[in-house]
Amino acid sequence: MKSLLRDRKTALFVLVLVAILAVILPLVLEPFRLNLVGKYLTYAFVALGLVLCWGDAGILSLGQGIFFGLGGYCMAMFLKLQASTPEATKIQSTPGIPDFMDWNQITTLPWFWQPFHSLAFSIVAVAAVPMLLALIIGLSMFKRRVGGTYFAIITQAIASILTILIIGQQGYTGGVNGITDLRTLNGWDIRTDHAKLILYFVTIALLLVCLGGAHFIRCSKLGRILVAMREREDRVRFSGYDVASFKTFVFCFAAAMAGIGGAMFTLQVGFMSPSFVGIVPSIEMVIYCAVGGRTSLLGVIYGTLLVNWARTSFSETMPQVWMFAMGALFVFIVVVLPGGLASLYRTYLDPYISRLLGSSSKAPVHAGREADHANG
Amino acid sequence: MLMGYSFSDLGSILVMQGFAGLIMFSVYLLMALGLAIIFGQMGVINMAHGEFMILGAYMTYECSRLFSAYMPGLFSLYFFVAIIVSFIVPGLLGMALEWSLIRFLYKRPLDTLLATWGISLMLQQAYRSIFGAREVGVNLPEWMMGSTHLSDSIEIPINGIIVMGMTLVITAGVYLLLFRSGWGKQVRAVMQNRAMAGAVGINTERVDRMTFGLGCGIAGVAGAAFTMIGSTSPTAGQLYIVDTFLVVAFGGAQSLTGTIASAFSISQTRSILEFFLSGSMAQVIVLLSVVIILMLRPQGLFVLKVRR
Repeated sequence: MKSLLRDRKTALFVLVLVAILAVILPLVLEPFRLNLVGKYLTYAFVALGLVLCWGDAGILSLGQGIFFGLGGYCMAMFLKLQASTPEATKIQSTPGIPDFMDWNQITTLPWFWQPFHSLAFSIVAVAAVPMLLALIIGLSMFKRRVGGTYFAIITQAIASILTILIIGQQGYTGGVNGITDLRTLNGWDIRTDHAKLILYFVTIALLLVCLGGAHFIRCSKLGRILVAMREREDRVRFSGYDVASFKTFVFCFAAAMAGIGGAMFTLQVGFMSPSFVGIVPSIEMVIYCAVGGRTSLLGVIYGTLLVNWARTSFSETMPQVWMFAMGALFVFIVVVLPGGLASLYRTYLDPYISRLLGSSSKAPVHAGREADHANG
Repeated sequence: MLMGYSFSDLGSILVMQGFAGLIMFSVYLLMALGLAIIFGQMGVINMAHGEFMILGAYMTYECSRLFSAYMPGLFSLYFFVAIIVSFIVPGLLGMALEWSLIRFLYKRPLDTLLATWGISLMLQQAYRSIFGAREVGVNLPEWMMGSTHLSDSIEIPINGIIVMGMTLVITAGVYLLLFRSGWGKQVRAVMQNRAMAGAVGINTERVDRMTFGLGCGIAGVAGAAFTMIGSTSPTAGQLYIVDTFLVVAFGGAQSLTGTIASAFSISQTRSILEFFLSGSMAQVIVLLSVVIILMLRPQGLFVLKVRR
């Protein structure tokens, strides 16, 4: 009975979210603002991954920017090759290669750029490259039972290394400016307002797919094991579960989602640069998740939108205040409201909404026990 | 012959880069000592550590400014005053931070990480408002500039020798304080078993506050040393925080010897590689090897054998 009620409620909330994102916002916002919302939503992919990783499994990764950036760079490399046809770049000393390579006296396309001529490869790479790196990091750390703060610091160090590498290898990566001046996706101009509108809806659709995937994992037995690992890792291990593999899986899943987010970011914004890869963006992605509520999938989407909207409006009007506000937000969420906005909702709003939706849950405690029995 | 350098050239390069690395070693070591005390002893991740270092650097800058404006006669001695000021001010700020925020979060290490990151953002903005966004550098007194010539091709900067000496004194002081004094015994007792330490009459809250203050104060002194190798700006500290965490983790969080050894090896490798490669590639190679070593040996180089 209770699970039925919860499903109805979940469906309702997803509908509300879709209505806000896909109907209300496109109607009330001008194209520029809508594009900004689309950009914010790409961070929500990362936040969804953090809910599974950090909220459920208790693995705090301070390197999600790595995966966001890798996904974004994979997409940007494809788009850059599309924009660098020999005809478009005939004023360069070597036509047919991206302009920044030409400026850095590189005459042939490096080997790791070659496969990005293919759209299919690039789309696979958007999720596969972040996953592969996450697999390597996850296997080497979790198998040795590195977790908690050490894991956080090492992921942060990797984010820092990747940023330095991208900035240092200007000829291969575009350096500090990143990969800019992206124009077409298989001949389709992505810079027009119409294209941006379509990309906005594609982002929403992909976000809903990721939301569904994450929700499915959380409802399955796997999701329960993740929470159990957060609470008592050794008990899960003693019960015969391979903790390291579960952690690696969820870390890879989060990385793949972050990569998809990064690719949509590149498509909507039209460039990719190391400033979305390093330590600062990575840790900000964690705060998006914390503000929304680290254990609520829908909460983090709202949290991401809210923090980014606040950032944009603050930095447009009074940039000095923004850093203070952001810092205070970190402290406030951690000290006063560790459950984020979702915990406010659960305490104050949820009882009313449950009552509105149907009074069938007269005795929630009893119903909960029933559900537990039903699940074995 | 190697890469067009003769052996005597290579020897001189090694010595000079090695010495340039020693100032970096001093900054790393002092930063890491402060962090090792806070992280290793208290288990708190202080992401604002770099900002405490920069506070020390700003204090040194302010001292040099005040001395040259009001006491030009004593300018040659300002650096010693600056060291003391840059220990006390960050130390007091650290104690205030511990009292107002950190003590509520001892049971949640990952959350201290986020909260102190927030603090670091606020401090950066505060520096920008107070000292300006521009980078500042200090003027050194006459006698600290220049260098001594050991041989024709080897010169060694004097300020480097002074910073080194200061670092050695402080490291020895920290060692004596933590491992040879009654207070150090209390600190270690609190960290090993908080409840028991409280039961035998140690004021654990006071010990926590002093420990945190000490760590931040040492970071401030690192800032005084930092003014010798870099220019001070509100965000300069952020660049050092990850490196410092790696130094601490690489050395093994609870071992003082480990911290010294890892600070030494990381800064020397980096300094020597910097001569042959670009600065960023040297940094990438060093950080990457540290991360790989940590993946293979997560407990760090030196492990204190503690029964848990």
